[in-house]
Amino acid sequence: MTIRRLLIGLFIALALAGGATAQDRSILVASTTSTQDSGLFGYLLPLFKAKTGIEVKVVALGTGQALDTARRGDADVVFVHAKPEEEKFLAEGFGVKRYPVMYNDFVLIGPRSDPAGVAKSKDIVEALRTLKAKEQSFISRGDRSGTHLAELKLWKDAGIDIEGDKGAWYKAIGQGMGAALNTAAASDSYVLADRGTWLSFKNKGDLAIVVQGDKRLFNQYGVMLVSPAKHPHVKKDLGQQFVDWLVSPEGQRAIAGYKIGGEQLFFPNAEDPNA
Amino acid sequence: MICFEEVTIAAGSGTLLDALSLSIGAGAPTVLIGPNGAGKTSLLRAAMGLLEPTRGRIAWDGEPRRAIVFQRPVMLRRSAAANIRFAQVGADRTTELLALVGLAHAADRPARRLSAGEQQRLALARALARDPAVLFLDEPTASLDPASTKAIEDVIRRVSGRIKVVLSTHDLGEARRLAGDVVLLHRGKVVEAAAASCFFDSPRTDEARKFIAGELLV
Amino acid sequence: MPDNASALDLVLMGDPALFAIVRLALIVSLSAVLAAAVVGVPLGAAIALSSFRGRDAVIVLLNAMMGLPPVVIGLLVYLALSRAGPLGSWGILFTPQAMVIAQTILVTPIIAALARQTIEDLWVEYRDELTAMEVGPARRIATLVWDARFSLITALLAGFGRAAAEVGAVIIVGGNIDGFTRTMTTAIALETSKGNLPLAIGLGMVLITIVIAVNALAWMVRRTAERQAG
Repeated sequence: MTIRRLLIGLFIALALAGGATAQDRSILVASTTSTQDSGLFGYLLPLFKAKTGIEVKVVALGTGQALDTARRGDADVVFVHAKPEEEKFLAEGFGVKRYPVMYNDFVLIGPRSDPAGVAKSKDIVEALRTLKAKEQSFISRGDRSGTHLAELKLWKDAGIDIEGDKGAWYKAIGQGMGAALNTAAASDSYVLADRGTWLSFKNKGDLAIVVQGDKRLFNQYGVMLVSPAKHPHVKKDLGQQFVDWLVSPEGQRAIAGYKIGGEQLFFPNAEDPNA
Repeated sequence: MICFEEVTIAAGSGTLLDALSLSIGAGAPTVLIGPNGAGKTSLLRAAMGLLEPTRGRIAWDGEPRRAIVFQRPVMLRRSAAANIRFAQVGADRTTELLALVGLAHAADRPARRLSAGEQQRLALARALARDPAVLFLDEPTASLDPASTKAIEDVIRRVSGRIKVVLSTHDLGEARRLAGDVVLLHRGKVVEAAAASCFFDSPRTDEARKFIAGELLV
Repeated sequence: MPDNASALDLVLMGDPALFAIVRLALIVSLSAVLAAAVVGVPLGAAIALSSFRGRDAVIVLLNAMMGLPPVVIGLLVYLALSRAGPLGSWGILFTPQAMVIAQTILVTPIIAALARQTIEDLWVEYRDELTAMEVGPARRIATLVWDARFSLITALLAGFGRAAAEVGAVIIVGGNIDGFTRTMTTAIALETSKGNLPLAIGLGMVLITIVIAVNALAWMVRRTAERQAG
């Protein structure tokens, strides 16, 4: 008898404990795993909620997947870092307007011992050529994410058709930034990562930044409201409030305020017309 | 009441009933006797409709309600009283039946925890709860002690006024005590069928004589 | 959830984020098992008692479906619940409800297949009595299910184990949203991808402890009830 009562009590407690989520004042944002892994949302979203009372739910996917999710109408706002893909998304009519928000940069990560000898170079394209020539183990995300697309562009800039011409040294794992870093740490490989994820990554092992600062490693973030014309159920008012806040002076200050170990991760540039 | 007309029941391992013809009429209990494998259980199961004749047919006079107490009855995983209620009777009738078989004290005990004798009596009560016109019992006292045997036989005697009882037994004494008619089976056939006094005092067939004397039949 | 804390610290501090994750994992998996039982037990029992052409094929298929890949089910449910999909108007993608649906689909074959086996074994024992008592098909199923209730609990626990342990389906249909659709397994996947391996392992230990606790509770319930019912 007592056990039965205990069970019923437990079930009721579970069901009632914790408040119900306010479904009405919430939006769904499709963003990227690298943005989530950097911890930016954990910092920004409570600030936004305190100001507006709007709950922002973030689904973190690869850039390609995030945009597809928005195309299907399963998100209200999309926040990624792949300008060509974002503009394609707009051209297809799925987005209302693209606002640049912030940038961070990519860094080339590799073993501290740097067997390829690329650390001396400040030229990312040179470094990639060297990696290929010396057939150094390299981890690619291979998942159509913003990082993956940036990586492919850099190979192209180096004059290498990496898809057609790769060897066993190039490993495309089809997973997120954290998984790629884990794999690189475990196999003494080189990998292209965004600085945000790198700084907050806990399993660095023997890895370190080998190349940084090259202008081609610049990584621009943009935000778009999903078009209510295509998807009438989109929460356009609440979504627009979020977009507006991100590019507002207050939001931009908040972005700049996010630091790991004293180091700023993201640089707000909503004012930049070329971003 | 029941008429077996040249009933043959074949099974994988052999023939259970072999062109068996038998007429069972209303009145005092009919007792089936015979060696193991003679077909007693098969006859009872066929009469309950659990076995289909391969040849021949079983004819009923009307379609009377039947119930059976199996040799090893299966109790449901609930109390003794609940087992009886399963036959769809009310609380009053349940109490009555439990008292009839001497299990009033065990009404709320888990049926599976009862002794073999108690379970047999409970099975009998459950069968009676179905209010049958014909009650079959397959060796109801086979593995019971004398006290339980007497209890079962007492109930059979009590109800055999209203209900036609057909039972099988290994115990010739029991056959003498209970039977109106005795039917001796051997190898799926009826060897001899007669009123009890005639059967035991002046058996007509050799097999019957041997069986009563306790000799093996071939 | 503070990154630098160990899982034990979080448990001892009563970290609200950890509590929310555990609570969601239990609610989703237990609800799925309940729904799967409502569908799966009668289904398994009906198959156990039936005889029809192709019965063997149905049983083989049912047994095989115990091994449905969670990630595939997750994908199919995702496509169905997406706004672009047939059930999009429900608007429940990326919610706990979607997670319950996906896990129910995963768990129902397990419960149905195990129920079928259990009931079929019991039917062998009960067949003569129930037939002699002229018990109709619906009542047969109810009687066998009730009498088999203790063995069926084991089937439910198998289903719960499967649900609590899987990550493929819930992460696709739930989206692993912080504070909303993050469960134990999806949190472990996330912390792993952040390189936070000690925390991930710690959370794994918490999950295992919870599953053991659920099994222990079920065992105690079964023991007490069996004592009462024989």
